[in-house]
Amino acid sequence: MPETNMITTIGAEHYLVLSAILFSIGMAGVLLRRNLIVLLMSIELMLNAVNISFVTFSYYSGKVEGQIMVFFVMTIAAAEAAVGLALAVSIFKRFKEVNIRFFEHLKG
Amino acid sequence: MNQQALIAILLLSPLIGFFLNGVRFRSTNYVLAGSIATIAVLISFICSVLLFLNLVDLPPEARRITANFFEWIAVDKFKINAGFAVDQISSIMILIITGVGALIHLFSIGYMHHDKGVTKYFAYLNLFIFNMLILVLGDSLLTMFVGWEGVGLCSYLLIGFWFNDSAKAAAGMKAFITNRIGDAAFIIGMFILFMTFGTLNMHELNMLAPTIAESSWLGAVTLGTMMLFIGATGKSAQIPLYVWLPDAMAGPTPVSALIHAATMVTAGIYMIVRLNGLFIVAPNTMMVIAIVGAATAVMAATIGLTQFDIKKVLAYSTVSQLGYMFLAVGVGAFGAGMFHLMTHAFFKALMFLGSGSVIHAMHEEQDIRKMGGLRKYLPITHATFFLGWLAIIGMPPFAGFFSKDEILWKAFSSSQGHILLWAAGVLGAVLTAFYMTRLMALTFWGKSRVDKSVHPHESPWLMTVPLIVLAILSVVGGWVGIPHVISEQIGHIPNFWEHWLEPVIRKLPTVVEGAHHDETMLEWSLMGISVGLAAISALTAYIMYTKKEGASDKVAKAFGPVYQLVNKKYLVDEAYSAGIINPLIEGSKNLWYYVDVNVIDKATYKVTDLVRGGGSFVKSLQTGNMQQYAMYIGIGVVVALSFVLMR
Repeated sequence: MPETNMITTIGAEHYLVLSAILFSIGMAGVLLRRNLIVLLMSIELMLNAVNISFVTFSYYSGKVEGQIMVFFVMTIAAAEAAVGLALAVSIFKRFKEVNIRFFEHLKG
Repeated sequence: MNQQALIAILLLSPLIGFFLNGVRFRSTNYVLAGSIATIAVLISFICSVLLFLNLVDLPPEARRITANFFEWIAVDKFKINAGFAVDQISSIMILIITGVGALIHLFSIGYMHHDKGVTKYFAYLNLFIFNMLILVLGDSLLTMFVGWEGVGLCSYLLIGFWFNDSAKAAAGMKAFITNRIGDAAFIIGMFILFMTFGTLNMHELNMLAPTIAESSWLGAVTLGTMMLFIGATGKSAQIPLYVWLPDAMAGPTPVSALIHAATMVTAGIYMIVRLNGLFIVAPNTMMVIAIVGAATAVMAATIGLTQFDIKKVLAYSTVSQLGYMFLAVGVGAFGAGMFHLMTHAFFKALMFLGSGSVIHAMHEEQDIRKMGGLRKYLPITHATFFLGWLAIIGMPPFAGFFSKDEILWKAFSSSQGHILLWAAGVLGAVLTAFYMTRLMALTFWGKSRVDKSVHPHESPWLMTVPLIVLAILSVVGGWVGIPHVISEQIGHIPNFWEHWLEPVIRKLPTVVEGAHHDETMLEWSLMGISVGLAAISALTAYIMYTKKEGASDKVAKAFGPVYQLVNKKYLVDEAYSAGIINPLIEGSKNLWYYVDVNVIDKATYKVTDLVRGGGSFVKSLQTGNMQQYAMYIGIGVVVALSFVLMR
């Protein structure tokens, strides 16, 4: 099977499946892991999975809005990571650990 | 002056008096309060006289002055105006109400001058006059009902005027609640009549009434009039709702004279006379009215025989006399009923005011066993009371004779009449003569049983002047309606009363067989029988209570249990308590315990439990565990997406 053929057989489905797999991994990380840093990374993974699907749809439908949206998502992700890491730092300062369960203390 | 303006002034004058006294009700200035109130009623009286004279000028068929001030209620076909009508019947009533009312206001100044609530008292009295005028002048049943309720309110306020005494406050409530039962029936009656005729205007109702008498017990006219009559039994103290009137004597005595003798309690008779065109085609209702009236007349008179409170005797006498009036309207003698209403207003107001004068003189003593021989201390009161006594026992030529005789004759001769009704009327007259003579004898005649510490004194002129005026009216009041058989003998004096009422009263045929001569003979002999028996009865009472010491006790002993039963008022109050009031209280308690506490309260508690349980379940979802939240979001997204995709 020639190489070019192989590349041309890669369609939108493949990108979307990849996006879904990455999203599920990220989701599993958010749901299962207790470490705040890992949690933030998992969220980052989910956001990027979404970005892939945005770009895919943009590319295949010939519209540019999807790619613009990706820049917004990346900006938001950066801001979110900053806030999330700040929280992680303050949690670590207080409890000497970055376990997610300490957030339960924030419950009213 | 414009006739409508006259009606407006007539109505508004007492209302303004009420406001003037009502806004400064704490004042104890009895001269000012009494003057305002009396002048207000006097203005109304002048208006009444002017309206009456206006009516006289009109031709007999057109004697009706109406005033529509504004449209009061308008809902689809149901239209009620604030309309008032002065006609032959209501003109007489307004003359009685404002005339006797003004005299009683005057009397009250003397009677109530020491009372702290004197201004409030006069305010209530004016409000009563206003409402009574609304009742009488209102041209539809609903307008009448406004006054009907209004006088009930004033009656309640004035019976419980000394509300610091819980017994008196309770008497006020008893009157109010008993009246309420009748009022409910009155309202139902209005519904039935409106459904049937589509109007509540009394003039139209009389016009629209069917021409053929309704024989069914369940016909619309019979049912409607029956309900109205039940309303009348409440207001006019007839069996079975008479029980409030004797208790109503807890109020100040002039109130008893004005409200519970002369005016308010006659509202029921007035209402029936007003709607005579309707009642006359409901012979079944008429029969019930006549029987109830006759029974009340006799029963109340027997209770009157055994009472020792001067006002209670007069109260039962009032119930009995009202029974006479119902007997009259029940046999279709509407004119005679109104006639007795008027003469009774004169002599019963006189006797109540007289008793007020006695009570005043005796320093609030009401027990006639502690009186006696008051004639020499209270000469004017005695003389006027004496004339009232002659009037009520029906001695010719005093007022009561003419009206009572007219009723008895109609009870005998009308097509709705019956010899038993006549006999009951005569029995009532005999009993009336007895207890009234007993009252006179124990109060004014015989030896004095007055306590040494009490020094009776004649009342001031403010109180004696009304007595004298009413006494004159009690003498001459009956002369406007002298029956034909007598006027034939003494020079053809026309019967003004019958002429006056003729255009607005429907008559039943007289059924006495035989020629005119026989009828005249019969009327003479019936008259002779009733007057003769009453005279004998009065004489017996006079001898028993003045000449023979202890004779009355012997008679009482001889009757033993019967006397006790009558003295205890036939235990009617007790029977009502046991039969109606206590079951109601017990039933309410059961409802409270079983239904309210166990069903309604529990149901609401269940609802709150449900809400609280739901709340605590939802609360358990908020753990603070972020990953759980994230999972909820994930599940939510999956559910939402699958919902969108599956569609």
